[in-house]
Amino acid sequence: MPIKSYLAHPYSGKKNELSEAISCLSHCEVIPAQNENILIVVTETETMDEEKVLKSKLETIKSLKLLTMVSGFNTNKIK
Amino acid sequence: MYTSTTNRRSFIKKMAILSAMTTAATLFPGILFANEQERGLPKGGNLDWKKAPCRFCGVGCGVLVGVENGKAVAVKGDPNSSVNKGLCCVKGYHSVMAMYGKDRLTKPLLRQKDSYVEISMKEALDLIASKMKETINTYGKDAVSIYGSGQWTIPDGYVASKLFKGCIGTNNVEANARLCMASAVTGFMTSFGIDEPMGCYEDIDYADVFILWGNNMAEMHPVLFSRILDQRLKRGVKIIDFATRTTRTSMAADKSILFLPQTDIAVANAICYEIIRKGWVNRSFVEKHCNFSKGSTNIGYGLEDKFSFKDNPQKISFEEYKLFLEDYSPEKVEKISGVSAKDIKYMAAHYGNPNSKVMSLWCMGMNQHTRGTWINNLVYNIHLLTGKISTPGNSPFSLTGQPSACGTVREVGTLTHKLPHGVVMNKKDREFAAKIWDVPVENIPSKPTYHTVEMFRALDRGEIKFMWIQVTNPMVTMPKLKRYRDGAKKEENFIVVSDIYPTPTTDIADLILPSAMWVEREGMYGNSERRTQYFEQMVQPPGEAISDTWQLVEVAKRMGFEKQFYYNEETHIEEIYSEYRKHHNNSKHNMAPLEVLKENPGMQWPYVDGKPTQWRFNSKYDPACNNGKDFHFYGKPDGKAVIWQRPYEPAAEEPDAEYPFLLNTGRVIEHWHSGSMTRRIPVLHKAVPEAYVEINPNDAKRMQIQTGDKVKLTTRRGEIIIPASVNGRGVPAPMQVFVPFFDENMLINNITLDAFCPISKQPDYKKCAVQIEKV
Repeated sequence: MPIKSYLAHPYSGKKNELSEAISCLSHCEVIPAQNENILIVVTETETMDEEKVLKSKLETIKSLKLLTMVSGFNTNKIK
Repeated sequence: MYTSTTNRRSFIKKMAILSAMTTAATLFPGILFANEQERGLPKGGNLDWKKAPCRFCGVGCGVLVGVENGKAVAVKGDPNSSVNKGLCCVKGYHSVMAMYGKDRLTKPLLRQKDSYVEISMKEALDLIASKMKETINTYGKDAVSIYGSGQWTIPDGYVASKLFKGCIGTNNVEANARLCMASAVTGFMTSFGIDEPMGCYEDIDYADVFILWGNNMAEMHPVLFSRILDQRLKRGVKIIDFATRTTRTSMAADKSILFLPQTDIAVANAICYEIIRKGWVNRSFVEKHCNFSKGSTNIGYGLEDKFSFKDNPQKISFEEYKLFLEDYSPEKVEKISGVSAKDIKYMAAHYGNPNSKVMSLWCMGMNQHTRGTWINNLVYNIHLLTGKISTPGNSPFSLTGQPSACGTVREVGTLTHKLPHGVVMNKKDREFAAKIWDVPVENIPSKPTYHTVEMFRALDRGEIKFMWIQVTNPMVTMPKLKRYRDGAKKEENFIVVSDIYPTPTTDIADLILPSAMWVEREGMYGNSERRTQYFEQMVQPPGEAISDTWQLVEVAKRMGFEKQFYYNEETHIEEIYSEYRKHHNNSKHNMAPLEVLKENPGMQWPYVDGKPTQWRFNSKYDPACNNGKDFHFYGKPDGKAVIWQRPYEPAAEEPDAEYPFLLNTGRVIEHWHSGSMTRRIPVLHKAVPEAYVEINPNDAKRMQIQTGDKVKLTTRRGEIIIPASVNGRGVPAPMQVFVPFFDENMLINNITLDAFCPISKQPDYKKCAVQIEKV
């Protein structure tokens, strides 16, 4: 059950558009910075395969310039 | 303890978000995610929001604490606070969690051989009073001492000073603020004759250029740094980071200039040289409002016990000062400092530009310096020569690191030489204090005793037999720690420690008292911009914990000082504050009444005719100015500020063949000072779980050291093994290393040097020679 966080860099002037596009995806949460051109994206999926599919969907969003992963966890491994 | 999967997932998700926020903050210092932070707050009809100043640093952010069913459960920035305007940093948002660590101290603990037994608070207070009386009877008054902190509330520090100086009759009162801002105090006193900044945080809204002198604001004062970045977005202000190491602040600055440690003195003189050479001196201002002086040189480093120093100030002329600066041309200083003449001229041009308002900011980089007083003087010199002072946006500004370093240590005067108003050496000041304290003036000794380093040396030498330590952790923070830990542990000493958690300092205690912290009691803090802030008691402290104030009052009563400690338990904070205000009842320092503090998110002193004073020494804003001129530096008898001739002198310990690197120590954003609170906040602890040594990438490559490798650091005081960090959040210059001091499991201060500024007596934690090797 992976939980991952990413930094999403939008193209200039496309921050709101990117935020809205990510918000429309399931298993995805977006936290836009208030004073910088960047968003935090947190994904919470059931399997690694589901995570890969979701990441692919994120990367096809036109307003997204760059997506970089910051942290990845799998809750099954936590004791 | 059982943790549900849901809770684990929720925690992990929070960790993932925090990791992303931390990374984002590396890329964009000052970045805000306020909506997310607000969203994380509990919702519910029972949440009661009450205002307080933040528990952590000296910025003094106003926060709202959410209380639910008798527990503080949430924090948000107070939008009504002019300090932070609703913002908080990562520590501030998690501050209430510091109250609820699993190992919170709840009962007094008395050492019996190698273990502790619980005793009642009454028994503990009886024991302290009897031990103090016994020690005084056997060894004299100067055998007992108290060591507090800039986290003491104003009432804590006030009753400590009254008990020890006024009633017992010893000046053995010190506080850990000696370790963090004493050089700022002596800088103010020698340049202006009166302590604390002339400006305020609102200067940020007016300044065009910000020059940060060895001050990693992005991590240490993130809310103020956010305000500066906000001004850059709105007005395009310039930020210049002048430092010894590349940090998050450097990355966010418009220009990063690195200098060799200790040579800031030479660079400041070179800036003054350039200002004079270019004709940028504000001659009218200097002629009307400044004197020139020089003091003693080759003043030593305080490395030996009972070191003493007295400066010998002598007036000089502008021409003599100008001649002195001939040794500090940018080209000459380039060779000493590693800063190019071009960069020195660049900084000088900003200060010299008559159309530009400049704010200089500093904190530990300038203060923890064996010439700390001098470098404070020199930055004031720059502002005085150009007349860029005491007006909105023109502001030399010394920041502080603790919530009440200013309010308690500097204003109440919990240092050996100080009184709430004035100094012990002055007869009139002693008479004034004695009258308010209702004690014979003869009680207050006229000579200071021990500053902090010397107080711990005296404990080691056996001159002090009893020490009461409140709300500070010297067994993590003292330099050359091993000597002072061994000294404190000597069998004949009796050490009382009041704290909220077990620490390396409670480990050396004979008696541990559980204290009420922050909003578990009532009190006031005073921040870096002369703002006094009140907070009410919002929740009950755990177990038998009581406030440091009331611990002291109860002991004072038991020692026979019922008349002076007449306070009622229910109303004592109000009574103590009202009494304290009498010490500052004048137009230069009047404190706002308690009812005003209760109604407002703090109030700045001098508070005169119902108004705070934002800019001191400027007759337009400061009612204490009475010389009929635009400016009045009334701290000095002649109403003039002093421009000091101070030479560059090297650090106490320079690298050599055996110890070829320079060791610098400091802080990280996630942890507050010795980490005793923030390491108990899971998200902060997990973000930075242990200390590390930052190594320059070229040095690391040459020595085949990678991040995570174990490295041995050796100085003349000892050695420590610590993981390496290469190209992490901070990058030291070649042949320099940096270690944060928050980790009690890796006590970097075991190997630091106890050299100090001979004037301020503040140790230099930023420079000692060290050898490093991969293990």
